[in-house]
Amino acid sequence: MNVHATTNHTPAERALIDQFETSLPGLPGDATVAARRTRAFDTLRKGLPTRKVEAWHYTDLRRLLASVPSPDAKAGAAALAPLLEGSTILSVANGKAAPLADHIEGVALTTMRDRLMAGEAVDGLQPATADDAVGALNSAFVSDGFRLSVAAGAVIDRPIEFQNLQAGGQSHARFAVSVGAGARATIVERQTGSGEALVSSVSEIDVGDDAEITWLIVQEQPDTVTQLGQINATIGKNAKLTVFFMNTGGKLVRQELRIVAAGEGCEFKLRGVNLLAGSTHCDVTMVLDHDAYGATSTETVRNVITDRAHGVFQGQIRVDREAQKTDAKMACNTLLLSDEGQFSTKPELEIFADDVACGHGATVTEIERQHLFYLMARGVPEKLARGLLVKAFVAEVIEELDDDAVVEALVAKLDAWFVEHG
Amino acid sequence: MLEIRNLHARIADDGTEIIRGLNLTVKAGEVAAIMGPNGSGKSTLSYVLAGRDDYEVTEGEILYNGESILEMDPAERAAAGIFLAFQYPMEIPGVATMEFLKVAMNSQRKARGEPELKIPEFIKTVRAGAESLGIDMAMLKRPLNVGFSGGEKKRAEILQMKLLEPKLCVLDETDSGLDIDALRIVADGVNALRAPDRAMVVITHYQRLLDYIVPDTVHVLSRGQVVKSGDKTLAAELEKSGYAGVIGEAA
Ligand SMILES: Nc1ncnc2c1ncn2[C@@H]1O[C@H](COP(=O)(O)OP(=O)(O)OP(=O)(O)O)[C@@H](O)[C@H]1O
Ligand SMILES: [Mg+2]
Repeated sequence: MNVHATTNHTPAERALIDQFETSLPGLPGDATVAARRTRAFDTLRKGLPTRKVEAWHYTDLRRLLASVPSPDAKAGAAALAPLLEGSTILSVANGKAAPLADHIEGVALTTMRDRLMAGEAVDGLQPATADDAVGALNSAFVSDGFRLSVAAGAVIDRPIEFQNLQAGGQSHARFAVSVGAGARATIVERQTGSGEALVSSVSEIDVGDDAEITWLIVQEQPDTVTQLGQINATIGKNAKLTVFFMNTGGKLVRQELRIVAAGEGCEFKLRGVNLLAGSTHCDVTMVLDHDAYGATSTETVRNVITDRAHGVFQGQIRVDREAQKTDAKMACNTLLLSDEGQFSTKPELEIFADDVACGHGATVTEIERQHLFYLMARGVPEKLARGLLVKAFVAEVIEELDDDAVVEALVAKLDAWFVEHG
Repeated sequence: MLEIRNLHARIADDGTEIIRGLNLTVKAGEVAAIMGPNGSGKSTLSYVLAGRDDYEVTEGEILYNGESILEMDPAERAAAGIFLAFQYPMEIPGVATMEFLKVAMNSQRKARGEPELKIPEFIKTVRAGAESLGIDMAMLKRPLNVGFSGGEKKRAEILQMKLLEPKLCVLDETDSGLDIDALRIVADGVNALRAPDRAMVVITHYQRLLDYIVPDTVHVLSRGQVVKSGDKTLAAELEKSGYAGVIGEAA
């Protein structure tokens, strides 16, 4: 790799370049796909983004990505019980989709590998923007995943759970869902595993007119994992999309959300919880485009930061000239529990329409001493009282989701985290 | 049961002294009313009793059943049987009232070495308590005090007192914000808790409450001191002629 030695690459960058050259012949896809992969990877050859790139200002990927583990095709990941009972599980282990077992009524299902082999899914194999390092990396290396197509009007009762599991090495997966008009479904995306790994995962969802989709991302990687996630969503006319995310793990985490409120009167809700401990660096970056008339969006993110963890939330809302009567509200609240913890937040509103209601707010607070006193004055010991208050702070966001089973499952995750870190 | 000797307490932040050499003794079974002008230090006294760390005790003693409580944190004091019904109960978002009641009751039981309450027993107890105070169970599903009306908050305080069965009850202006009927209900609730082994310190501005909860002793607080003590007739006298006479006399 002397060719690259001159350009001052970091060890991680050099490893990625080497791995791309060696992996490419074995990655699924025809010549067109390979050409797309190469073009996507070319955007990374110059190097990973640094803090000089605005979108990566708080997450200097070049500096933070210290090393890249080699792919390990043999590693098998342990099976995982679904978040919601009765879910249909679609699992990818170390970048390889498990054989399709279930038929889901109203859903056409293919693996990403099959699509790539057939020379399909080519359009998505490119970074969305010049600074889209996650999209570029995933396009270059993606090996498998699933694609679902939900028929118009279908109501999918059982939740569908994508599991992206790793057992060390690398995993680059993609989950694409296209939802027909008026359909309804709950989709869970799990990101977890047990090894030291580099994971990239890109989800795509196209919500048809009048459809209603809830998408829950639960990331619980061990603290040996670099997790680069992205969800790209387009919301149709009068459709509703709720995205919930919960980050409780990982060493270096970037979760991007690229949302387009494309249809008139559509509704987007983002609810998110970051529970960050140890020396986790977790960056959630959202770009929301309001492109259509009369759409509503609300974003609520709650963070609990302890130890030396660093959390980031960047929320950018762009309201197009055509998107009159847009109603967008964004809030990011952080509870800082340690002196060494840190949270950075950057809200950004770019509004080109004149008749809109847009607002944002961000707070970083500690536990209210008055609240603590009240609970203790009723006999609740300090540690328990603190735990109750911290949990309450994030539970509020979870409890806003209307589905009781979802709320219960997520609160259980919350409890588990507090048992470990409270 | 409660003996306060030459108590001096100041605001921790800026050192302003609020309680300035206060003496007060309340015996088991006694109901002591505390009255006094706005800003005289009544709520501060109640907070100092409960152990709020915004205040520092610089001198004097608070003895509860003969032992100093100054080194105990609020939770330990509560578990020992001290209860403060707040003048302004705090709203605590995200903590469901029922959940809070359960945690509080069980924490105190645990501190006393008693087993946790079984859920059905807990619910039964809460339901009975709520009913006697005219509290709708639906309200208890909501986050603690959040959006409760002024009167609902006060009732919720008394419900907590009922459920926790403390030995020393400090009620800080529990009557304020209550309508006439509610005042009656709450006073009945308090009276039901009167017992030979329980003492009550009732802070109020009005004779009206003391018509319902008839005190054994009445104490007038001014500038952080008890300046006059007497029986229930003292309250009536204050109602008639105001504080000026009493405070002037003491000064
Ligand atoms: N934390 C604090 N910071 C600043 N000032 C305080 C604080 N706590 C009490 N004070 C002051 O101490 C004095 C006594 O207040 P306190 O609330 O005890 O009065 P009170 O007798 O309960 O009055 P009220 O009848 O109006 O309820 C007041 O002047 C008040 O402003
Ligand atoms: Mg007061």
